[in-house]
Amino acid sequence: MIRPLAEWYDLRDIGNAVGALLEQIEDWGAPDWVPYVVSGLIGVVAILLWTVLSVLAFIWIERRVVGLMQNRIGPNRVGPMGLLQPVADALKLLFKEPVTTRDSDRVLFWLAPIVVFIPTMVVFAVIPFGERMVLADLNVGVLFLIAIGSINTIAVFMAGWSSNNKYALLGAMRTIAMLISYELIQVLVLLAAVLFVGSMRLGDIVAWQQDYGVWLIFLQPLGLLGYVIAGAVEMNRSPTDTAEAESEIVAGYHTEYGGIKFGFFYQAEYLAGFAIAAVIVTLYMGGWTLWGLEEWVPGWLIFLAKLYGVFFIYIWSRGTLPRLRIDQLMGFAWKFMLPLALVNVLVVGGERLLWQEAELSSGEALPLFGVVNFVLAVGLIVGWAWILGHRRPDRVAHRAILTKEVGAIFYGEPAPNI
Amino acid sequence: MDDTGTVVAFYVLSAMTVGSALGVVVVRNLVHAVVFLIVSFMGVAGLYITLSADFVAVTQILIYAGAVSVLLLFAIVLTPRGERGNSESFLRLPALLLALLVAFTLGYVAIDTDWVISDREGFEETASVIGEALLDKYVLPFEIASVLLLAAMLGAIVLVRPETPTEEAGE
Repeated sequence: MIRPLAEWYDLRDIGNAVGALLEQIEDWGAPDWVPYVVSGLIGVVAILLWTVLSVLAFIWIERRVVGLMQNRIGPNRVGPMGLLQPVADALKLLFKEPVTTRDSDRVLFWLAPIVVFIPTMVVFAVIPFGERMVLADLNVGVLFLIAIGSINTIAVFMAGWSSNNKYALLGAMRTIAMLISYELIQVLVLLAAVLFVGSMRLGDIVAWQQDYGVWLIFLQPLGLLGYVIAGAVEMNRSPTDTAEAESEIVAGYHTEYGGIKFGFFYQAEYLAGFAIAAVIVTLYMGGWTLWGLEEWVPGWLIFLAKLYGVFFIYIWSRGTLPRLRIDQLMGFAWKFMLPLALVNVLVVGGERLLWQEAELSSGEALPLFGVVNFVLAVGLIVGWAWILGHRRPDRVAHRAILTKEVGAIFYGEPAPNI
Repeated sequence: MDDTGTVVAFYVLSAMTVGSALGVVVVRNLVHAVVFLIVSFMGVAGLYITLSADFVAVTQILIYAGAVSVLLLFAIVLTPRGERGNSESFLRLPALLLALLVAFTLGYVAIDTDWVISDREGFEETASVIGEALLDKYVLPFEIASVLLLAAMLGAIVLVRPETPTEEAGE
């Protein structure tokens, strides 16, 4: 499937340059393990540099954009347009005194920020940034993503439990409950994608989308929706950041953390966001391909553009939507998303079988599946909400409601029609 | 186990697995014990990778390190006086004896048996092979396991349900 190595200056895929370098090393007569180690080192250093730079950039972009959305300016004092604000923040975090609470479990307290950082970094190892730009193209890539995501819960629990703070423990319990519930949805949704493509290797999934010229977003809109919501929960961002709801439990599991240890949690949260966006782009939006444009523009640039676009949607939702209550969030997972995800698996499996058994050509089958699945997704969402009793959106405000009026609702009586 | 890398990895991972398994038994704090247990599970997953069983390795991380350990943590936190840690027990000596006996038996069997070394090539991709085997040759145990899980799930629901919901609503 993978094309032969092009010239090293072919920047459409940085893997070409690395491959040429490795061949050169082999020519010099180095032992077998040297190119292996060198390629690993190059990948790790490149991913580290990229993540650090992206996080620094997006701290500024997010604060400015959310500022714009909320009709305020955002950081604008440090450097031109506040550009140096993330650097100043990072320096401040580095020089702050590391405070450890009394009676805390010191070992776990120190270990938690490190453990939370590892899984979020490791995810990027299996993400194909370009055709050759994968650090480890595992043939169980999708399962690896889920497994690594599940390690996060332990780090969060370590942080919350070791802090010796009831709010931290409450936040940790909330996070674990949320992560377990939404992990189920994530698994079911990814199962549908894997079922349809027939491979768990992320590179194969991108190649499949390139071959048929269609992204999975058009074939499995319900799956994408489920993954976007489960991803928002996993990266712990508003509107699903119930685990660190300031108005309820201070800052959740990292209440007692300050200085660079807090910085680790903060950066891990951003990296989890990039990782979720990268998975969405790879699985549902064609990865580094763009219907032939990848012949002209470097594939990794297309990938990054898509990734930042998806991440922007999360910033947008953070600046727009109010936070959900914990019972609403859990109820949504178990009562709403789980049945839909199960139906999605059934439908996708049936379509896959139909495609194989009825010997449809891909030109007939894929548009049909796309239309059917889109209609089914809309119908299921509306229908299931209808069954659960949400006949229409709860409170449609035809005019602005004054606080006075809302406050005047009498308990035990039907709400006045406002 | 021919090349140096695999041998080194085997010894490092074995030390990690056995050492942290020892930690589970030795440490007083129950949460620390669970953390050691997770490290031990990870070591086992690494050993699976050296056997080129990638699917089993990733599943080991997903199920044991990700799910079972969280279950244990929940059990510790939700149990009253769960934080009291490993207490003194008169079963210490019998447990040690039993563990030594099991270790001796297993070790003796492992060393004494004349193992047959398969000369078949390794699988290119294990996930699909396992899937086919589960739904073809071993479909009955597979289905029995799923029925068992369903029964466990129903049992959990029955356990947490209030006994007579109508009576409670009437009060």
